[in-house]
Amino acid sequence: MKRIAGLSVVTLALTMVAAVLVHAALSINGAGATFPYPVYSKWFDEYQKKHPDVQINYQSIGSGGGIKQVTEGTVDFGASDGPMNDEQLKTFQDKHGFGILHFPTVLGAVVPTYNIPGVTAALNFTPEALAGIFLGKITKWSDPAIAGANKGINLPDADIVVVHRSDGSGTTYVWTDYLSKVSDEWKNKVGKGASPNWPVGLGGKGNEGVTGQIKNAPNSIGYVELIYAVSNNIPYGSVKNSSGSFIKADLESVSAAAAAAAKTMPDDFRVSITNPASNKAYPIASFTWLLIPEKFSDAAKRDAIKGFLTWMLADGQNYAEQLSYAKLPKEVVAKEEKALAKVQ
Amino acid sequence: MAATTSVPNAGPIPGSRSFLTRLREGDEIARLITFLFAASTVLVTLLLILELWQGSALARHKFGLQFFVTRVWDPIAEQFGALPFVYGTLITATVSLAIAVPLGIGAAIFLAELAPARLSDALEFFIDLLAAVPSVIYGLLGVFIVVPLMRDYAQPALKKTLGFLPLFSGPAYGIGFLTAGIVLAIMVIPYIISVSREVLMSVPRDQREAALGLGSTRWESTWRVVVPFARTGIMGSIFLALARALGETMAVTMVIGNTPTISASLFSPGYSIAAVIANEFTEATGDLYLQALVELGLVLFLLTFLLNGLARLLIAITSQRGGGTALA
Repeated sequence: MKRIAGLSVVTLALTMVAAVLVHAALSINGAGATFPYPVYSKWFDEYQKKHPDVQINYQSIGSGGGIKQVTEGTVDFGASDGPMNDEQLKTFQDKHGFGILHFPTVLGAVVPTYNIPGVTAALNFTPEALAGIFLGKITKWSDPAIAGANKGINLPDADIVVVHRSDGSGTTYVWTDYLSKVSDEWKNKVGKGASPNWPVGLGGKGNEGVTGQIKNAPNSIGYVELIYAVSNNIPYGSVKNSSGSFIKADLESVSAAAAAAAKTMPDDFRVSITNPASNKAYPIASFTWLLIPEKFSDAAKRDAIKGFLTWMLADGQNYAEQLSYAKLPKEVVAKEEKALAKVQ
Repeated sequence: MAATTSVPNAGPIPGSRSFLTRLREGDEIARLITFLFAASTVLVTLLLILELWQGSALARHKFGLQFFVTRVWDPIAEQFGALPFVYGTLITATVSLAIAVPLGIGAAIFLAELAPARLSDALEFFIDLLAAVPSVIYGLLGVFIVVPLMRDYAQPALKKTLGFLPLFSGPAYGIGFLTAGIVLAIMVIPYIISVSREVLMSVPRDQREAALGLGSTRWESTWRVVVPFARTGIMGSIFLALARALGETMAVTMVIGNTPTISASLFSPGYSIAAVIANEFTEATGDLYLQALVELGLVLFLLTFLLNGLARLLIAITSQRGGGTALA
């Protein structure tokens, strides 16, 4: 009896030692954007398989939360769907004495989706029509601004029900960023942000909330992430880009938007690529960023994060497309690899 | 009572023993520990108020009392006002109570007074089950069942018959104040039934027998004697329901439409305080924005506090007029 007890104590002790050894892996914590979460969790998982000594934990609490937590220093890195503004950068600089860097990781797009009884064809939307609808100035589907771009489709003389996100989100940020660029009235009256003061419409929580309300309300229109629309087979419309072609969002047209932006990419990577000057580009797309502090007091952590970023820019990119995210253009990858040297 | 049945030789009465003796016998320790438990609830409440107060300092200074009367909520322009959210919270709670109170009390009377005991116990099981359903389930029920029913049948019917009232005008989306109120009513009815039933059942038998002995019918004894006797407790159940309706977040945000509007029409989409906090907290980046959300939390706290105070007052007034159990 005693021997069994002694044996189990030894086993227990060994198990605990083993557990401690496993946990001795370097643990890195990040928090932020929900939109790239599927690809991030895939990356962190794959990276850990290759580097068992590094464990990256990521909480998808939203871009706002990511910026806040990395500024407060409660996580090692942040993630955001919209770049930090100058004021936020200054707050970080003042608090820590060094800056924070943006590293684009993948690209996503936002698409208009709708439910009009009797209409099955994919609709074309001009920027004027989208801005007019979301400003509440275009109220009927039969309005010439919509019908003009959809010749041959019988649009009903019905009131448009506008649906938007009720929760603050990067998706809304990209959508309103686009509307601000194509409509001065939108820019002055509403502006861009994660949760603007909507002139019209109903709010749905999350992509699923917006889709649910659109399904429920006949003659409605809303916007969702491309990935969400693709993975749930939700029909969506094409949008007219700055060259005048109607483009349906897909990996190719989103990558084209990124390639157009790559040439003029600023050194801090804080760039909006909505409405780019390219005839193949889908106009409502955006990078999503990792927010990495310039200095780490822990050298092991710094090296691990740099190691991950290097891998993410190379092999990691290959996981993006199977999850419906567009890869970074080569020029951007090269530029980011250079920027990695700034992390010390 | 313990005092009347205690053995004479068990020692002097508690008050006359020395502090050390009481400490040794554990009375003092038990008193201290239970006091700490009781005090912790007060402490948590005070900390909550303090935290909400401090966390909203910036917004309170910037907007002052204007916060309560401003209708604009514009995070981009950093203009924040609580009025549409307070309005939405109060309207949905009112609608829910208007539906839930008669239904809930009626059901409780049936279960406690009129139904056979076995049926009553069996139904009570289902009611307790309903009370334990997570609110997101009620939200889904709202989205998939109540909203289409409202849009296709209830709202057109109301418009046809009572459409001349501003309450039932405007486009019928299916979502909005009325739908949120109905979903909330479904959620709070179990509370009203469950507590009211307990209270009604605890009314002393003598009361019923006296009424019956005086020649009243079963219903007369229930309605004229038992229910008035239990009204303090029933009131308590209603305020429990009100508290739940005011603070409900998930189910409301799924059916209310999430648009900060103030409209006389119950068909209009709206917003509630709890829903906007849950929706916008994660992406609230600016300090002022975050603090305005915290201030909304403070407003909700105040609202609950005020209504609770009113409830106490109401109970105090009604129980002075005689009768009443102290179950509230």
